[in-house]
Amino acid sequence: MSDPITETARRIAAAGESVRTPARDPVNRPMINNWVEAMGDANPVYTDPDRAARSVHNGLVAPPAMAQVWTMRGLHGQRAADDPLGVMTKVLEDAGFTSVVATNCEQTYHRYLLHGEQVTVSARLENVVGPKNTALGEGYFVTTSNTWYVGDEPVAEMLFRVLKFRPSRRPEEPASPTTAESGTSSEPVIRPVIGKDTAYFWEGTSIGELRIQRCGGCGLMRHPPGPMCPECGATNPKFLVSHGLGEVYSYVVHHHPPMPGKALPYVVALVELDEGPRMLGELTGIAPEEVHIGLPVEVAFVRVDDELTMPTWRPRTEGSGR
Amino acid sequence: MTGSLSGAAAIAGIGATEFSKDSGRSELQLAAESVRAALADAGLDPSDVDGMVTFTMDANSEIAVARELGVPALSFFSRINFGGGAACATVQQAAMAIATGMAEVVVCYRAFNERSGQRFGRVQTAAARQPTSTGLDNGWHYPMGLATPAATVAMFARRYMHEYGATTEDFGRVAVTMRRHAASNPNAWFYQRPITLEEHQASRWIAEPLHLLDCCQESDGGVAIVVTSAERARDLPHPPAVIAAAAQGSGPDQFVMNSYYRDDLTGLPEMGVVARQLWRQAGVGPQDVRLGILYDHFTPFVLVQLEELGFCERGQAREFVADGTIGLDGRLPLNPHGGQLGEAYIHGMNGIAEAVRQIRGSAVNQLEDTEHVVVTAGTGVPTSGLVLARS
Ligand SMILES: [Zn+2]
Repeated sequence: MSDPITETARRIAAAGESVRTPARDPVNRPMINNWVEAMGDANPVYTDPDRAARSVHNGLVAPPAMAQVWTMRGLHGQRAADDPLGVMTKVLEDAGFTSVVATNCEQTYHRYLLHGEQVTVSARLENVVGPKNTALGEGYFVTTSNTWYVGDEPVAEMLFRVLKFRPSRRPEEPASPTTAESGTSSEPVIRPVIGKDTAYFWEGTSIGELRIQRCGGCGLMRHPPGPMCPECGATNPKFLVSHGLGEVYSYVVHHHPPMPGKALPYVVALVELDEGPRMLGELTGIAPEEVHIGLPVEVAFVRVDDELTMPTWRPRTEGSGR
Repeated sequence: MTGSLSGAAAIAGIGATEFSKDSGRSELQLAAESVRAALADAGLDPSDVDGMVTFTMDANSEIAVARELGVPALSFFSRINFGGGAACATVQQAAMAIATGMAEVVVCYRAFNERSGQRFGRVQTAAARQPTSTGLDNGWHYPMGLATPAATVAMFARRYMHEYGATTEDFGRVAVTMRRHAASNPNAWFYQRPITLEEHQASRWIAEPLHLLDCCQESDGGVAIVVTSAERARDLPHPPAVIAAAAQGSGPDQFVMNSYYRDDLTGLPEMGVVARQLWRQAGVGPQDVRLGILYDHFTPFVLVQLEELGFCERGQAREFVADGTIGLDGRLPLNPHGGQLGEAYIHGMNGIAEAVRQIRGSAVNQLEDTEHVVVTAGTGVPTSGLVLARS
């Protein structure tokens, strides 16, 4: 496998450390003053010469976490031509991985910097891992390391990892059409937003339980659920585990447009559970033209991945009655 | 207090862009063009405007539109939620602002490239991802495969058919009527393109029991409405369309397009909330009204609206529409401009403009002696309505 991304990554990693870039200014008190003010760090060893002189440092030092500050390029600065993250970013963007999110940043400090010291920084590509399917989209993890020097002495290091990814389809773009009406869309499934008030339901489906919210105050059953009982006002929702049996109350045969993760046509049924509440789900295991209101159904759980299991319906099988 | 809004304000100007499938310009430009046209129609200048109202869904902020028009100051701006349910409520907001002295000239507008840009008929993946109560609501429907407006309405329609014996032909009669009206409206997308009931029945399924021809079109365009006091409107060029009633409504256990958990799945109780207010405010009832502009994004809900507004009994709308009642020569013509099925889908705002033309006597399919027009906004969502009157 030697695609352009892997190839470039190998070449840059093999080149090792980039040429060291000098900091714009020596380690200096005005910059430190601004930084500690912004960070709310009141340690006098950074700003008070008298107290710093009496400390273990015997004089003013810079906050170690400022390492990166000294070598920032400034508003109009350019990356060095051999900067590995810059080169790798360009290659990935050309391949369509246009978005970026930082995922890891680990810093190591070897010693405190003294005021007046001149810092340089070098960068090295550690590795490029991918393509990986992430929640944000398909992408590559790019890990670089930086070393800060005073003279030839390393004073700080940083491991920095970003995910360069191809964003998932944006809503304003048209859905990618399937090749035929009966085709299966290759888009990932639509996932539910899961919140504090609804997590119990999805935790249930993941272990094969169809849970119905039941008020801890008055016993009202309710679906979809919510945090406050509309009957008695209690904010103490519990749940019961449904037998998973019900009847089709209404249904739709969806023909158009294509739906992420589903083959056309498919049936969505609104099912009235034996316990009372209604619940929506895909109805499978029956030809669309045979579906009718009143059809007895039972729940079936379809595992999408580690985080999501969908409740669906299928016609009741022998012996699944109460 | 009830009824104090009635008669206080009037629609003095209407404006629109052309209705197309690809406007070729930005949504902001469509908004600005329609607002400018509405002000010109009202005989007012941008400097007269001090209020603006639009839809939460509209992509053009009040200040952006004000900038394009050179409106120097706004003392009132507001937005209404819930998609097409906002349409008549924008006019209600304007009327309330005028009645309370918050503003003197309020422009309501809606502009979008709904066909060439973001199409509502597509699966709205992003709507299922919002970290809001609405996003959580959508989590019970979108991931299960019910993710388009047509499918959400089809779920109601199937139950309505089951309960009342309605058929897809009953839905089709609404579509055929709207397309017949549009056929003689040069501004309509489907000008000179009527359909037959056979064509409706033969059109492909979108979400069974809805055929393609049960679904409104997708359009690019903008519509704007100028509201001012009834008194001031009488001094402006056109006869005022007086706002005799304006109301919003949501019902029990209300969801957006998915109110499937109520006892009854065959009504639109939110429209009932609107209807009762409208008749009370306007001091007229369904028996007094001879023209309706009913929101028609999907045909089944036109039938249900006739029931909620009291034009017929519950479950009887299919008989009501069977004999030509809602045609131009019928007892209750609906949407003489062709509605959203025939003219354009501008989220209900083009229907308000048609109601104004009918009051003025300037519509292409003009009806005789229109004293009152009832106008409704989006169905299946929290909604709104108006009664406009000649005086
Ligand atoms: Zn309770």
